[in-house]
Amino acid sequence: MSRHTINFTLNGRPVTADVGTHQNLTEVLQESFGLFGARESCGQGLCGCCTVLIDGAAVTSCLALAAFADGSDVQTVEGLADGEELSPEQEAFIEIGAFQCGYCTPGFVLMTRQLLDENPDPDDDEIKHYLSGNLCRCGAYPEIVQAVRLAGEKRRAR
Amino acid sequence: MAETSTTTVGQSYGRLEGHAKVTGRADYIYNLRLPSMLHAKIHRSPIGHGRINSIDVSAAAAMPGVHMVVTGEDVKTVLPEPYYGPAFHDQPILALDKVRHFGEPVAAVLAADPHIAERAARLIVVDYEELPAVYDEIEALDSEAIVHEELKPAGTFADLKHLSGRRDTNVALDFHLRLGDADKAFAEAVHVFEHTFRTQQTMHTPFEPIVAIADVTHDRAIIHSSTQSPSFVRYELSRLLGWPESNVRVRTGHLGGGFGAKVYVKVEALALALSMLAHRPVRVAQTMEEQFYTITKHPSTFRIRSAVDDDGRIVGRKCEVWWNGGAYADIGPRVTQKSGFTAAGPYDIENIDIDSFALYTNRPPAGALRGFGIPQLVWAYESHTDIIARELGIDPIVFRKRNILRDGRPQAVGTIVKDGEFEPVLDETARRLGWDRPYDKGEGAKRRGRGVAIGFKASISPTTSSAIVSVNADGSVIVYCSTVDMGQGSDTAMAQIAAEVLDIPLDRIRVVNPDTDVTPYDMSTLGSRSTFHMGHAVRLAAADAKEKLVAMAEEVGMPEGSNAPLPELFIKKFGMRAGTIVGTANFKPDYAPTDPETGLSPNATPFWMIGATGAEVEVDTETGQFTILRMINVCDVGKPINPAVVETQLSGAAVMQLGFTTTERMILENGQLTNPSLADYKVPGIFDMPVIMENGMIEAEQHNGPFGAKGAGESGTFGVSPAIANAIEDAVGVRIAEMPITAEAIFRALRAKDGAPLEED
Ligand code: FES
Ligand code: FES
Repeated sequence: MSRHTINFTLNGRPVTADVGTHQNLTEVLQESFGLFGARESCGQGLCGCCTVLIDGAAVTSCLALAAFADGSDVQTVEGLADGEELSPEQEAFIEIGAFQCGYCTPGFVLMTRQLLDENPDPDDDEIKHYLSGNLCRCGAYPEIVQAVRLAGEKRRAR
Repeated sequence: MAETSTTTVGQSYGRLEGHAKVTGRADYIYNLRLPSMLHAKIHRSPIGHGRINSIDVSAAAAMPGVHMVVTGEDVKTVLPEPYYGPAFHDQPILALDKVRHFGEPVAAVLAADPHIAERAARLIVVDYEELPAVYDEIEALDSEAIVHEELKPAGTFADLKHLSGRRDTNVALDFHLRLGDADKAFAEAVHVFEHTFRTQQTMHTPFEPIVAIADVTHDRAIIHSSTQSPSFVRYELSRLLGWPESNVRVRTGHLGGGFGAKVYVKVEALALALSMLAHRPVRVAQTMEEQFYTITKHPSTFRIRSAVDDDGRIVGRKCEVWWNGGAYADIGPRVTQKSGFTAAGPYDIENIDIDSFALYTNRPPAGALRGFGIPQLVWAYESHTDIIARELGIDPIVFRKRNILRDGRPQAVGTIVKDGEFEPVLDETARRLGWDRPYDKGEGAKRRGRGVAIGFKASISPTTSSAIVSVNADGSVIVYCSTVDMGQGSDTAMAQIAAEVLDIPLDRIRVVNPDTDVTPYDMSTLGSRSTFHMGHAVRLAAADAKEKLVAMAEEVGMPEGSNAPLPELFIKKFGMRAGTIVGTANFKPDYAPTDPETGLSPNATPFWMIGATGAEVEVDTETGQFTILRMINVCDVGKPINPAVVETQLSGAAVMQLGFTTTERMILENGQLTNPSLADYKVPGIFDMPVIMENGMIEAEQHNGPFGAKGAGESGTFGVSPAIANAIEDAVGVRIAEMPITAEAIFRALRAKDGAPLEED
């Protein structure tokens, strides 16, 4: 198992990591940086629990080899809040109560961020299409759709 | 309890841990790492049933980076009787002599690098002598394949003792209930109906997979686990060890879902044994795939017969239920009994026979999954009830109402119903569905139909919860309880109860994560029991603390009603900000055991849970494809402690059951599971949601509940499956009797109905 040194930006700061070629980005975020917001569940790119943004695009980090993160800009859910101030997406998820166990929540929050970056005022159908790659076993979908709408309102008001 | 007005209880506060969850900082055990920890990876059985001739671990052990390879025989060197289980001590920590299901753990590899452990685990070679296997619960009744040569009930349950030593049978437990004279009712009946229904094997798939880290030193075992049952895990591990329970510490964090997958012992005993052998902390973290081999929901077959008179009164019902428990009993025998006694449905029927059988087969083990067997039963009795109504030409709602259980009447088990809102739940479902309005059933290829179903459940009884509420000198409060918050919002509810009793703001309350060194006993977080049982314990512990505060105030000369702030009271008493006031309570509701002959009990449950679903579907008669246009979930929720959280429980439960109804099915081919992955095992996604989903809550005081509350985490599952099947029959006139309900099944049924069945049918 050969190893590589990679440099990338993680939540706005330049970082370096020594990674095995076989390691996925979820594992490196956890084991090298102690960031557990992206978490492996299905391990097959199907649930979205491991979602991170790479160069602004949502990626399932369980399928992303860490070595390819070299030179990129990686954002995880831990990078969304500004100190104590939560992002509008995070606030909206709390206010609506758009989670139960919360295991899927970072993935949905990051997808919401990306959706609203692309489309500030999506309708319900657009929301569903956009989030259809993420699963929530607790079945919080109705609340999640509401939270995305609220997050959009919050962002437009800011 | 008399109705009182409350300030904190009954309010829809957000979950206390919301901030941690949206920032990715929630404390799941899956995220825990310990210094010098080893990772375990498991080598699993590739066959359904076989004798182990030999295990060759040499190649795995020789791999650089491998710390140790462990087999069942190695486990015996540290735990001489390595069998566990809540009802039967039938499950070996690692297979011994035999494997009994595909995916059973046979050996474990330990390494500091999980990838190395995983690769080495594949190098283990096991020589098996395959044995005849049985996978179907009906075939298991008289199969030559015997899964366990001898039954080994746990000594803890008096009512299982008689099974001890029983040999050469796959029937782990048989439960019988006899009410009135069903034979006579059937002999005299005007109409007799008989149907058989089946359900498939499914899995909980909690998104945080099952995990435990054990750290054992000399006379101390610390287990970090994603368990729903910290107290039971402590009990069971101390039994395996022969140690006092105080030497075993089991702690957990928030769980990334549980749904019953994480009750009792799952990987904790293995982690314990591995840590004892390795003298290091050991992490056993399952993958999504491995969860499918660990615990599932019972497949079932239910033959149900009804005797009905000319007025549409059900005068007799006979229920035979066969539960496919898989290779290890887990809590299956309890499902057989405790859910078994509701098998005749929420109806007032005077003559009932119930025969309920727990069967061993060579499938992965089955246990509790959100409803403890109830959804399987409702599937059958509400499909059956609907067919009867249609055949008698009686409106399905009218027929149900004619027979529904009402307060003051005995349920089949002989317990008088109190605070069971059966009829209001049914009425509300019908009202929301617009049942009385004319309905456009469509034409051409697209046909629409409507259906309802109602189910119910008793609380598992008798069980105990204990709680401690301590008041700090600054007036803030800590609640210690072993109820596990796996997403259902129990921490928030417990905090609300303590806040209410002590009359302090919610943000001054902390609820400690379960830790058996710290938090007192609780039977388990399961069966929607926590709000009622732990709710009472927390309420009583808070009241105990309050009494002590009042006494302290008197002692220091602060007159009653002076309303002096708590910090002042502590300063007055202790001369500075010091001291702690501790309230404690144990809560166990009254219970009367069931009669071993008749299965009857005058007090089988402290409360009843009731849930109904109304469904509206559109079916494409050319393809069998169907759309759920509307799904209405109505439950009797007592007086909710936190209405918003309760509503998400209803809706989440219904969504989960929708998956079990339409898409989820574990597929076994020659005993091998072919789809242990979210790729091929489809849990509901956002597009599987009904076009419209509504939740209705019947808020009715539960007289003996804490602040009138009762459990509601499972009620949303009850009616979903049969409501959809009933709606499909209403739309296109075919009956689906086996879950899941798929387009293919409907298409086949439509073809058969048209006299042109597909060839293989
Ligand atoms: S864990 Fe990456 S998508 Fe499921
Ligand atoms: S909140 Fe539990 S998986 Fe989504």
